[in-house]
Amino acid sequence: MPAITSRIDPRSDEFAQTRAENLAILAEYEQLMNESRAGGGPKYVDRHRERGKLLVRERMELLLDRDSPFYELSPIAGWGQSYPISGSNVTGIGVISGVECMLTGHDATIRGGASNPISLAKTLRAQDIATANRLPLVNLVESGGADLPTQADIWLPGGKWFRNLTNMSKAGIPTIAIVFGNSTAGGAYVPGMCDYAVMIKDRSMVFLGGRPLVKMATGEDATEEELGGADMHCRVSGVGDYYAIDEYDALRIGREIVAHLNWRKAGYGPVRAPVEPLYDPEDLLGIVQSDLRKPYDMREVLARVVDGSDIDEYKQLYGQSLLTCWAHIHGFPVGVIANQQGVLFSEEAQKATEFIQLCNQYDQPIIFIHNTTGYMVGTEYEQGGIIKDGAKMINAVANSTVPHIAIMAGSSYGAGNYGMSGHAYRPRFIVGWPTYKGAVMGAEQLSGVLSIVARESAESMGREFDEEADAQRSALIHAQITHEESAFYNSGRVRDDGLIDPRDTRTALGILLSAVHSAPVKGTNEWGVFRM
Amino acid sequence: MIKKVLVANRGEIARRIIATCRDMGIATVAVFSDPDAGAPFVNEADQAVALGGASPTESYLRIDALLDAAARTGADAVHPGYGFLAENAEFARACVDAGLTFIGPTASTIEAMGSKLESKRIMTEAGVPTLPSREIDPSHPDDVLSAGEAIGYPVLVKASAGGGGKGMRIVRDAADLVEAALGAAREAASSFGDATVFLEKYLDEPRHVEIQVFGDTHGNVISLFERECSIQRRHQKIIEECPSPALDTDLRARMSEAAIAAGKAVSYVGAGTVEFLLDASGAFWFLETNTRLQVEHPVTEMVTGLDLVRLQVIVAEGDPLPPDATEAMIHGHAIEARLYAEDPTNSFLPATGTVHSFSITEDVRVDSAVESGSVVSVHYDPMIAKVIAWAPTRHEAARVLASALAGARIHGVTTNRELLVRILREEEFLAGRTDTHYLERHDPATMGGPLTTDVRRHALAAALFAQGERRRHAGPLASVPSGWRNSPSQLQRTTFRVGTKDIEVGYLFGRTGLTAEVDGDPIDDAILVEESPAGVLLRLGGVQEFYSVTHAGDTWFVDGPEGATTLVELPRFPGQDVEEHTGSLVAPMPGKVIRIDVEEGAVVAKGQVLVVVEAMKMEHSVRSPVAGTVTHITIVEGQQVDGGEVMVVVEDRESE
Repeated sequence: MPAITSRIDPRSDEFAQTRAENLAILAEYEQLMNESRAGGGPKYVDRHRERGKLLVRERMELLLDRDSPFYELSPIAGWGQSYPISGSNVTGIGVISGVECMLTGHDATIRGGASNPISLAKTLRAQDIATANRLPLVNLVESGGADLPTQADIWLPGGKWFRNLTNMSKAGIPTIAIVFGNSTAGGAYVPGMCDYAVMIKDRSMVFLGGRPLVKMATGEDATEEELGGADMHCRVSGVGDYYAIDEYDALRIGREIVAHLNWRKAGYGPVRAPVEPLYDPEDLLGIVQSDLRKPYDMREVLARVVDGSDIDEYKQLYGQSLLTCWAHIHGFPVGVIANQQGVLFSEEAQKATEFIQLCNQYDQPIIFIHNTTGYMVGTEYEQGGIIKDGAKMINAVANSTVPHIAIMAGSSYGAGNYGMSGHAYRPRFIVGWPTYKGAVMGAEQLSGVLSIVARESAESMGREFDEEADAQRSALIHAQITHEESAFYNSGRVRDDGLIDPRDTRTALGILLSAVHSAPVKGTNEWGVFRM
Repeated sequence: MIKKVLVANRGEIARRIIATCRDMGIATVAVFSDPDAGAPFVNEADQAVALGGASPTESYLRIDALLDAAARTGADAVHPGYGFLAENAEFARACVDAGLTFIGPTASTIEAMGSKLESKRIMTEAGVPTLPSREIDPSHPDDVLSAGEAIGYPVLVKASAGGGGKGMRIVRDAADLVEAALGAAREAASSFGDATVFLEKYLDEPRHVEIQVFGDTHGNVISLFERECSIQRRHQKIIEECPSPALDTDLRARMSEAAIAAGKAVSYVGAGTVEFLLDASGAFWFLETNTRLQVEHPVTEMVTGLDLVRLQVIVAEGDPLPPDATEAMIHGHAIEARLYAEDPTNSFLPATGTVHSFSITEDVRVDSAVESGSVVSVHYDPMIAKVIAWAPTRHEAARVLASALAGARIHGVTTNRELLVRILREEEFLAGRTDTHYLERHDPATMGGPLTTDVRRHALAAALFAQGERRRHAGPLASVPSGWRNSPSQLQRTTFRVGTKDIEVGYLFGRTGLTAEVDGDPIDDAILVEESPAGVLLRLGGVQEFYSVTHAGDTWFVDGPEGATTLVELPRFPGQDVEEHTGSLVAPMPGKVIRIDVEEGAVVAKGQVLVVVEAMKMEHSVRSPVAGTVTHITIVEGQQVDGGEVMVVVEDRESE
């Protein structure tokens, strides 16, 4: 296949305007990222430093191989809620001693690193990703336990944290805890459940019950060091496996542990040398539409993402509202399924089903690029069996065993989200562009549908329809859905794995594809009954 | 006809002799000590014989072993080079007795000229002016002091058998004379196997000008003109040239005449050098005769077009000096710079280590002892190469030589390169105002400092190159942009140590390019144009420069258009600092403890000499940093110590 020939004109007014719109959204996102990186704010950051401690991101940077990439997950989790942005922790994928690992770390500048529902969601998601992709998990622990005012929302689901740790251990995925400070109450089970626990002289404090609690419970007078210091755990209890003299030493030890895991990735890729695309990813900002009513050609996107801008289109002339093709990204082979015109018809659903089966036949990870308003409605399509065809596609997506990576590029509405391997279909990763929108349907449609339903209900009951009230209600619903369908809203609730600048799509996919190749990449021939 | 020459020497001079022998169709035999087993000269000879041992007395000074090597290889001649046994009459005689041709003067000539007192007598008889001098016996302090009195201070203490600055000391005050004489005798004994020392009148501000003479067995003695060798550090020549800026035709003729008269007086055969001190008025005094090829002979070769080793072989074979020698003339100007592994910014402390890279690409002559990968050990002279430039004029030669040295790749050992470059570019030098006190007027500690004006650029170049190296060797994700972050929170950091100073470099590659800072100061307008295994092309403030970068472990070598910098990368995870006792005296460099002046419990003054360490044939006094009490001595006399090894602990009197 020849490389894609781009047809866009970077000097056009439309390009310039699209770019300006996208830059405005990215600037807004950058503000949120600044908030995310600021942790608990200058006061708590200063206090943390005064204690001679490194910030969680500094710890991670020292743990990572120098100059290697780091992909932070869900950096704006917590947006639009009563929680701090980022929750109270940092999670992400990086390379330690040549091994791709999942890192999680408490940010002790945010309420002492105590867990809230957001940080718990991030932790559990990080564990899910580490488990599915067989990434060694390194936990940088410094947390007083649960953020007590939120206990109702985290107590029961929080148990999964420790269940996951032991399940990972059973699966042979290494788990490492480096304890930088408090790791108390339930938190004590993190070093307790991990395969390796590193403790730091005079810093680590690991116990089920602290001094006052012990006094209350048994009347015993004990010092904190006796209850859970590094010396005690490394010399007496055996909870600590490695004794570090300071934070740097602990991070050095963490790198040593990973270096000696004898870790081998189980995936088969990459399969060829990476080739840069022929077109500049910078152009994406002039291509990607933030106005969802304007579809755009996904070939123009792929020309700026895949190796050599080279794609091999499958069924190019059939079901043209959906693009299916093979390509390589950073040398990893992929199948790509991308919405071209928003709507999925029967042909598109059938085409996708076949393509997913082919990708499974040859163990190719699939990249789903979302820009869909859903499956087509109307008598013609219902009578044509759109339900059966949509069901085929969802059947294929749900049972496919090759890794899926979803890119939330534009709209992702209704069952279209399901067919494109959305959140509930457990793709290995969900990457969002700040421009994307996701909901049952768009704000316009949803408020319109509700208005029609109300009008019909009034008519059937013979009541007079209150136009003014309807307009008011419609406006409220429109505003609510506009808020709820936004990328920030979804990302804030950890319904994706974080938003990225579209220009970074190729890099992000390179990192994520490499991560999925840590586990075996294997397709299936087992499917549910396809309704023909 | 000589068929096979045994080269009884090492380093650059061995390579030099082997090269001419090869040109003349003569086979060569190298001899080598244990530390020299991998040295270039060993491989360049047709055959090589191991002498064993490390110190000169265990190796290159062993006459029996050398004769045995000649016998085993069937060599029919011996070239002694310079230093070691080059002026040892016993060796010359032993060679002849063993039926070998000794490429040098006869044993009796060496005896006559080699003894500084005897040679002075001969000179005086031949009408050559001499400086007053006396042989002394350092074990009789009273005699030493009266000899000093008779000559008048300042006096120079010199090893009778010596040369090359070894065993030499200037004494301006009677109080220092006995100690200086003892030290000189010790150095003389260890370097030449002869402890005899003498005193000589010392002139302030003289020039050191020597005449190259050559004699053959047919009664010819010729002068191959002068070499000016006035630029010296610690009586060690470092820059030599021909012609001398101080000589005109008349003075050259008069000095040559005196030298020839001296040569004729002893029927001199072979290459010899008559050294003079020359004062500003044009008056000159005989200093000494060297009955060997000089280190600095290349400048004579460059201006005359002659090969002096070839002439040595010709006259050793009994042939007369050829016409190209007897009719030689001076063409243009040649300057030689001696590259030493030593630190001019730290009292010329000899440096050791592996020369990871050594290359000089300019069109100059390089007579080197080392090549990339060679090891500079503590056992021998720290000179690693001579670099010689020829040009029609003195200014041109100085400029070419300075440029060649500045651009040389010399990685792994500290050298005097920067000092040499600065001298060659310095106004007084260029004006020809050179005398033996030049380096007292121009502080070598300053002149020997880094040539580059901005070490920060070199640090940035090294950090960016190291970054590229890591990316090239990365396992997973090697094709992803360096240091990519979707949420960048800080720069990538590297800390280097340059000398005693730490430099922290931060950098980050983002969508808008490179963000860089050094020691917290942003480097604006920095663009990494290209990074490759050869180095980095950096554009700073619109000016593009290429920096070659290489490394050996954590040591990074940056060569830029304005000089070179060696940077030691500090570990990412600092280890626990080893606790050092207050007042710990550490060995300044690897060497041998030759004297311990104190015992445990001794009360010592600040600055008092406690231990003397000999390294690279130089004595280094280790002084007490504080006034206090000696609490520990961890060494014994004769012990080999590593650089940085604690030798003595002195407890501060005030801290008690």
